[in-house]
Amino acid sequence: MRIEEHPILTFERGKELTFYLDGEEMKGYEGETIQAAIHANKVKLLGYSSELKRPRGFYCAIGNCSSCMMTVDGVANVKTCTTLLKEGMRVETQKDKGVLR
Amino acid sequence: MRETEVLIIGGGPAGLCAAVSALESGASVTILERNRRLGGQLVKQTHMFFGSKEQYASFRGIDIPAILLEKLEKYGDKLRVETDCTALGIYEDGVVTALFGEERYVKYLPKAIVVATGASEKALAFENNDLPGIYGAGAVQTLMNVYGVKPGNKVLMVGAGNIGLIVSYQLMQAGVEVVAVLDAAPKIGGYCVHASKIRRAGVPILVSHTVTRALGDKTLEGAIVCEMDEKFNVIEGTEKRYDCDVMCISVGLTPLTELLGMAGCEMKYVPELSGIVPARNKAYMTSRDGIFVAGDVSGIEEASAAMVEGYLAGLHCAAYAGYKSENFAQKVEDLEGQLAKLRGGPSGAHILRGIQKNVKED
Repeated sequence: MRIEEHPILTFERGKELTFYLDGEEMKGYEGETIQAAIHANKVKLLGYSSELKRPRGFYCAIGNCSSCMMTVDGVANVKTCTTLLKEGMRVETQKDKGVLR
Repeated sequence: MRETEVLIIGGGPAGLCAAVSALESGASVTILERNRRLGGQLVKQTHMFFGSKEQYASFRGIDIPAILLEKLEKYGDKLRVETDCTALGIYEDGVVTALFGEERYVKYLPKAIVVATGASEKALAFENNDLPGIYGAGAVQTLMNVYGVKPGNKVLMVGAGNIGLIVSYQLMQAGVEVVAVLDAAPKIGGYCVHASKIRRAGVPILVSHTVTRALGDKTLEGAIVCEMDEKFNVIEGTEKRYDCDVMCISVGLTPLTELLGMAGCEMKYVPELSGIVPARNKAYMTSRDGIFVAGDVSGIEEASAAMVEGYLAGLHCAAYAGYKSENFAQKVEDLEGQLAKLRGGPSGAHILRGIQKNVKED
């Protein structure tokens, strides 16, 4: 799902990183957001709405809409569309409102 | 408490141009930008701009931030740029609070403020419109053009305005199939030149059509599309199914005005400006003294207009802070002339009607 050839743009990707989505090992690159890395791994479902438990994906990708919030390294409600991916990150599909720790 | 003469909230096209003219006028400037880099949504706009040379016509949007940043370089310490920094509130006493990263909380006491926070994408109401795979068209543009990731394999584009048309073309450039572009209006809203490129590639543009239902269990698998009559009512029996794993919603933007509303600025609903906007005077000042606005936050337009408004707001804001530029009147006249030229077409006439409703004479 990554663009390899483009008529206008060249993508300089950073170092390859390993992260975990609900325990499953995935690869991403330094300099990209968590959401971009997840999407590149062909996953669109990021969480469930807190009341009706409807599946959620991202919507705006620039930090406005809060539709992409996930639990990252134990912290709930992280906007994955603006938070950068880091080596070893543990990202979890969020199923409820999340708990402050 | 940090002091700065002019505080600019938002480092997109409007904010950067406001910084250029405020610095040129002699004021010290701080820009607060919530993203990690300046340039706002220019960073994903791979298409060439229209307009005239003052607004970088024939340059690609992605190349414009560098040009503006070069203009800012010479001001050295007079300019502070804070990225990854989100303005949280503008208080009664003029203090602005901002969050650096996730942890550090900082206060500013500026003499004047330019709010240039831009806009956010609108959503569209239909059954299952919250299924993962249904994305704002601008969001898909970010994913593709900033991160080099394809949104999926087959895209249905809802909205044939300029953003819908441009993003459809950019999807094809990235190697993604666009199954159709549709629009509820009986005419294509965007420029003919963009529409022709898409049609030449064999993608149908369906006017007087809308999406009534998204299909899929956990993620999008298809959509039901219907024809509409001239009163925008769905015509029974016209349902067609399109298979797609991504749907882009491109039905316009709405101004991001939360900071201004919370600051107690007078707000007005002006449909021509695409939503609730701050009332302002001809000098781009809101109903609160010292709070100025520029760009999409005070009415949705193209980036070219946002840049010119930014230059104007920067001049007025610096003058308010005690730094009236040399040849102030002449510069203002020149910039207002540029705006009038940009708003010369039919979509400009629409904007001008909105501005007339919203701008106070004084």
